[in-house]
Amino acid sequence: MTLLYFAWVRERIGLDTEEIALPADVQTVAALLDWLRSRGDGYASALEDLSVIRVAVNQEFAAPDHAVADGDEIALFPPVTGGARP
Amino acid sequence: MIRVQREDFDIGAEIEALSEGRDDVGAVASFVGITRADASKDAGDAVTAMTLEHYPAMTEKQLADIEAEACRRWNLTASLIVHRYGRLEPGDRIVLVVTAAAHRRAALDACAFLIDWLKTKAPFWKREETADGARWVSARAADDHAAERWRDAS
Repeated sequence: MTLLYFAWVRERIGLDTEEIALPADVQTVAALLDWLRSRGDGYASALEDLSVIRVAVNQEFAAPDHAVADGDEIALFPPVTGGARP
Repeated sequence: MIRVQREDFDIGAEIEALSEGRDDVGAVASFVGITRADASKDAGDAVTAMTLEHYPAMTEKQLADIEAEACRRWNLTASLIVHRYGRLEPGDRIVLVVTAAAHRRAALDACAFLIDWLKTKAPFWKREETADGARWVSARAADDHAAERWRDAS
């Protein structure tokens, strides 16, 4: 599985992309995020608040219960801000 | 048509190209987004530059989906989205949306629809540079609401 990280998620994790072997019991987006959080401080910090994490599975926005499988391209990033200015 | 590029675009040439050689276009509407310094707050907060990061494979897919949706809702003869990425300074153009149709209402409404959706669906992230340092811009609920109003409209 290919993981891609963008914006401050990329900065906190310290990688823009990585290849991982998916554990057999990780079958949904939510389970993947849980598993990633256990991989180190950078991951834990990036994924601390899941309300500001968006996930795309194979370039489409995906909900927490969306299935994940080896061979997927999964991207983690903050809410998009193409037009935003707080 | 969708283009995601680092370089600037020529507004006049892009608009002209959409109706060139056709006799079925009666209206062309356009929107140009420009980088703003936003010096409304204290001086240290003024944006001196920003960098737009994006997810290329998803950007192409999302923009194509958004454009297809606009063509389905309105009878467009042509449409164009040009979105830039990379480092931009105040005054630089960021995005261009052009829609062409037989009549003005379809062109104007489709153009507004496209820019509202683009801002909430296209995977772009802004990192702003100010005198106080750089920061990632957080999402704004107002953009979600602007996109939301199209849910029931057609």
